[in-house]
Formats: sequence, C-alpha cells, structure tokens
Amino acid sequence: MKKLINKPDDVVREELEGIQIAHPDMVKVFFDPNYIVRADAPVEGKVGIVSGGGSGHEPLHGGFVGMGMLDAACPGAVFTSPTPDQMLEATKAVDGGAGVLHIVKNYTGDVLNFEMAADLAADEDIEVEAVVTNDDVAVQDSLYTAGRRGVGVTVLLEKIAGAAAEQKRPLKDVAEIARRVNAQGRSMGMALTSCTVPTAGKPTFDLPEDEMEIGIGIHGEPGRSRMKVKSAAEITEMLATPILEDLPFEESDEVLAFVNGMGGTPLIELYIIYNELSKILDKRGIKIVRNLIGPYITSLEMAGCSITLLKMDEELLHLWDAPVNVPALRWGI
Amino acid sequence: MGDKNMNITRDKIITWIEAFSAAIAENKVYLTDLDSAIGDGDHGVNMDRGFQAVLTKLPSVSNQDIGAILKVVGMTLVSTVGGASGPLYGTFFIQMARKTNGKLELTLDDWIATIESGLDGVIRRGKANPGDKTMIDSILPALEALKTAAGNDKSLAEALSASAQAAHQGMEDTIPLVAKRGRASYLGERSAGHQDPGATSSYLLFKTAAEVLP
Ligand SMILES: Nc1ncnc2c1ncn2[C@@H]1O[C@H](COP(=O)(O)OP(=O)(O)O)[C@@H](O)[C@H]1O
Ligand SMILES: [Mg+2]
Repeated sequence: MKKLINKPDDVVREELEGIQIAHPDMVKVFFDPNYIVRADAPVEGKVGIVSGGGSGHEPLHGGFVGMGMLDAACPGAVFTSPTPDQMLEATKAVDGGAGVLHIVKNYTGDVLNFEMAADLAADEDIEVEAVVTNDDVAVQDSLYTAGRRGVGVTVLLEKIAGAAAEQKRPLKDVAEIARRVNAQGRSMGMALTSCTVPTAGKPTFDLPEDEMEIGIGIHGEPGRSRMKVKSAAEITEMLATPILEDLPFEESDEVLAFVNGMGGTPLIELYIIYNELSKILDKRGIKIVRNLIGPYITSLEMAGCSITLLKMDEELLHLWDAPVNVPALRWGI
Repeated sequence: MGDKNMNITRDKIITWIEAFSAAIAENKVYLTDLDSAIGDGDHGVNMDRGFQAVLTKLPSVSNQDIGAILKVVGMTLVSTVGGASGPLYGTFFIQMARKTNGKLELTLDDWIATIESGLDGVIRRGKANPGDKTMIDSILPALEALKTAAGNDKSLAEALSASAQAAHQGMEDTIPLVAKRGRASYLGERSAGHQDPGATSSYLLFKTAAEVLP
C-alpha cells in the first residue's frame, strides 16, 4: 500500500483536522463524536440538513457543508457508516427550530444507523425526516435485495435540497423536493482499478491490468460485468444506455449531466466521457441544460467514473442555480 | 442433578462479554475475510473496534445489575461499530438488557426470555427473515435449542451447549443461501457458497456462552 498518510488508524481524524484549519470560514469540526457543521449553525428558522456516510468518498459529504448545501456531515470510518451518536449531535447542532432533514444513501448500515439517530432525535423533540437515495441502476431493485445503492444523485440532491432549505421552505417541502430529485435521477459507474482501504492495506478487489468492472459500487462492490477495457465512446454507451432506459429519459427531456471521477481519474478523461455523453444524448434529442464534471463522490484512489442524469424542471433548475458556498462547490455569490 | 438449579450470575455475564470480545479479536481476520467474499471486508474490524471499546467500559459497570451491564454493552456498540452490525448487535444487547433490568442472576428461563428479546429487536431493526443469510440464522436456531432443552428439563449447561451446537449448524447452513439482506444481497446468486460473516460472529456468542456461563 502506497498512500500519503501517517498511520492507517489516524486517517479520518487527521483529514478532519485538515478540513478544520483549511475552512474555518465555512465549517466547524467536532471530534468524539465526529461531525462537521456549517460555521453559522444553527440557522434560525431554516430546515437543517444532515448527511453522512463512510469516509473515502470526499468531497462527499464534508466538502458540501456550508451556505446553500448541507448544515452538517457525519463521517464514519473509511467505507463504514457513521454511528447514531454522531448523527444525533449533528442533528441537535443544526436544528434551527424548523426540523431536520437526514439525507441517507441506501446501504443497510447507513439506513439502520440513521433510523436509530432519528429515534433518538425524536426523544429530544426534534422533528426529523429522512430521504434515502437509491439511484444506482447497476443493482437490481427487488424485494430480494437491500435495494439500489445511493450514489451520484446524492451530490445533486444535497445541492438542490440545500438551496430549498436556504429559502426557508418548510421541512415537508424540502423533503418532497429531495425525494423528487431522487426519483428523477439515475446513475451507473465503472472502475479501471480497485481501491485500498487504509486499515485493510490491500486492494478491495483484484482487477487485471487490461480489464474493467462495469456497474461498480462506490465501496468497490462488484458490478454487473467484467471485461477487457474498451474505448471511452464504448464505455460511455455502456453506462448511459441502462441509465436512459431505466427512468426512462425521453426525447425533449432536459437533464443535468454529471460526469463524476472515482478519485484516481484525471479531468482530461472525464471531459472525454462528457463529450461522448453529450453526443449520445444529442442523438436521442435529450437536452443537457446543466452539467457537473469532476470528482465529487469518490472511492478513494479508484480510477474510473460514473454518470448521473437528473431530469430537470423549472423548480430544480432554479434551485441548482441558487448560490452555494461550500469547500467543494461555489457559485452565485 | 445439582447443577439444575445453577443460575447465571452477574460475574459470569461479565466473563461472557470478555470471552466473546476475545473470540472476536482472535477471529478478526477470519470474519473480515468472510465479509470480503460477499460484503466489504470489514465485519471483523467493525466488531473488534466495538468490543475493544466495550472492554474499556466494563469495569465501570461491573458492580451493577445485569440489565445495566448489557445496556452499556449495547450502547457502546451502537456508538462505535457503525455499519449494519453496529445497530444490529447494539439493539441485540439493548433489548437483552430490557429483560434483565435489576437482576443479579438469571435462570435458564430468564436466559431464554433474554435471548428472545434480543432476537426480536434485531428482527424489528433489520427486517430480515430466517434464511435471508444473516446473523439471525444462527441466533434463531440457538434460541429454539434453548427452548427445547428447557422443555426437556435439561440443565443449564446442557441447554447452553445445545444452543452453541444449533448456532454452529445455523452458521454452516448459511453457506448455500442466497443473501436477501445487507450488502451481500447485491451479489444475488453469487452470494451462495459463502458463509455469512454476521452468522459466524453470532455463533461465537453462543459458543462462548456455553463455555463460561454454566
Ligand atoms: N437487515 C439485516 N438483518 C440482520 N442482519 C443483517 C442485516 N443486514 C446485514 N446483516 C448482518 O450484518 C453482517 C455484516 O456486518 P458488517 O460487515 O459489520 O456491516 P456492513 O454490511 O455495513 O459492512 C452480515 O453478515 C449479516 O449477518
Ligand atoms: Mg461489511
């Protein structure tokens, strides 16, 4: 294992210490239990938004804390969901009297821990609603699985719900908008290489030099199929087609196209994928009205990418364009 | 059969928690390897992190009642383990605590009610059914074996030993199952042929119980 770390057990704590001294204008970091809140929390009369998940997906979620997006993020150990005590403290810290929205990616651990946290918050008379993201079309959605995994849509949802909360909309509305984003978005990812969890010290899975995994999860969970590496055009087609057919996205739909890097892939390649994606959408008469390109929901040093398409409407567009000022996104200010 | 009237004392409960923590530490790599095959390779690390924290908390509650001790175990797991197993094992111990509040000794019948309460909590929280390839696939047969033993007027030691055997069988019986809950369910049919890590750690609960509780 080759990594820029000191000790594997100190990775999350030292990262949080780095965030704390890098962005004191935007966030405050608390330890034991670990959580990050926006510097001016709680904002009176505003719905507080709390998300969280295993570490290793940076900038998700800590990089999205601040004006116009999240009020708090709870980082777990690398690839392990955080615990209810973190979520409870974060929930209390951001409760401005208008209730708190929990944004939860659909993994059994995340869901169970956030459920326990919501029970604990209810005991303290804080109104909590949870929205679960499950946009990964690589996974079968059936009664016989834990359901689809929450991936790229989570980033877009955090931005859009954050903007709705910033306008002081009530909890019910913010939750409804968040659920709409999840319902209208779909994603799929692929990996060129594995990733190594620091405490594990060896790659999560083996992937031969000339092969790729299509449908990979953000924790290195196996995908749909493994094959020889293909061209960017063919890979984009393999990711975009299942996404387009699932919702389905149709001619004259307007979309936000999000090409995400898995952590180890340079922007030059992500722009090549974006170029291919725009050709595919063009051919189907689907219009890209907004885009996001870069590493926003990563999987440590994994090389690869994911594509997320979100069907937009006037309200979502307006909320996407609203000002945001967080460590990993900034516009309109 | 003098030992028919033997009860589980508070000190034995503490010894059991310590023995289980040691078993988890010993099997950390094994549990993690099982989880690597069908999950994300952290079950041993998660459980060990939790039970090491439990060990540091135990001395401060060792003179309280069994319910108080089990509650501290559960709360500590909830706040240190994370993942699916944190809330599930945490709930297991917290619900066991509800049946043992104020008690300094447990009869076999008390122990059965305690395990049953813990299992009900796990099922309520995780919504798994028997055969879904989860930790309940070793806990449920262990509970049934305890009930059968009690019905046949067996001693505490015999009942605990039967529950360990049943948990072991339940653990092995997860091998051919297709996972329907947790991360392993993403694999669908590919999860068959592997033993469930959570059912394996749960077997260790009953194995250590049979060793130290009688
Ligand atoms: N819904 C559930 N109900 C009961 N047990 C479950 C459930 N989901 C997962 N498990 C158990 O949890 C174990 C995995 O635990 P762990 O690896 O620590 O958590 P994670 O899956 O979040 O990484 C599985 O082997 C299984 O026995
Ligand atoms: Mg695991």
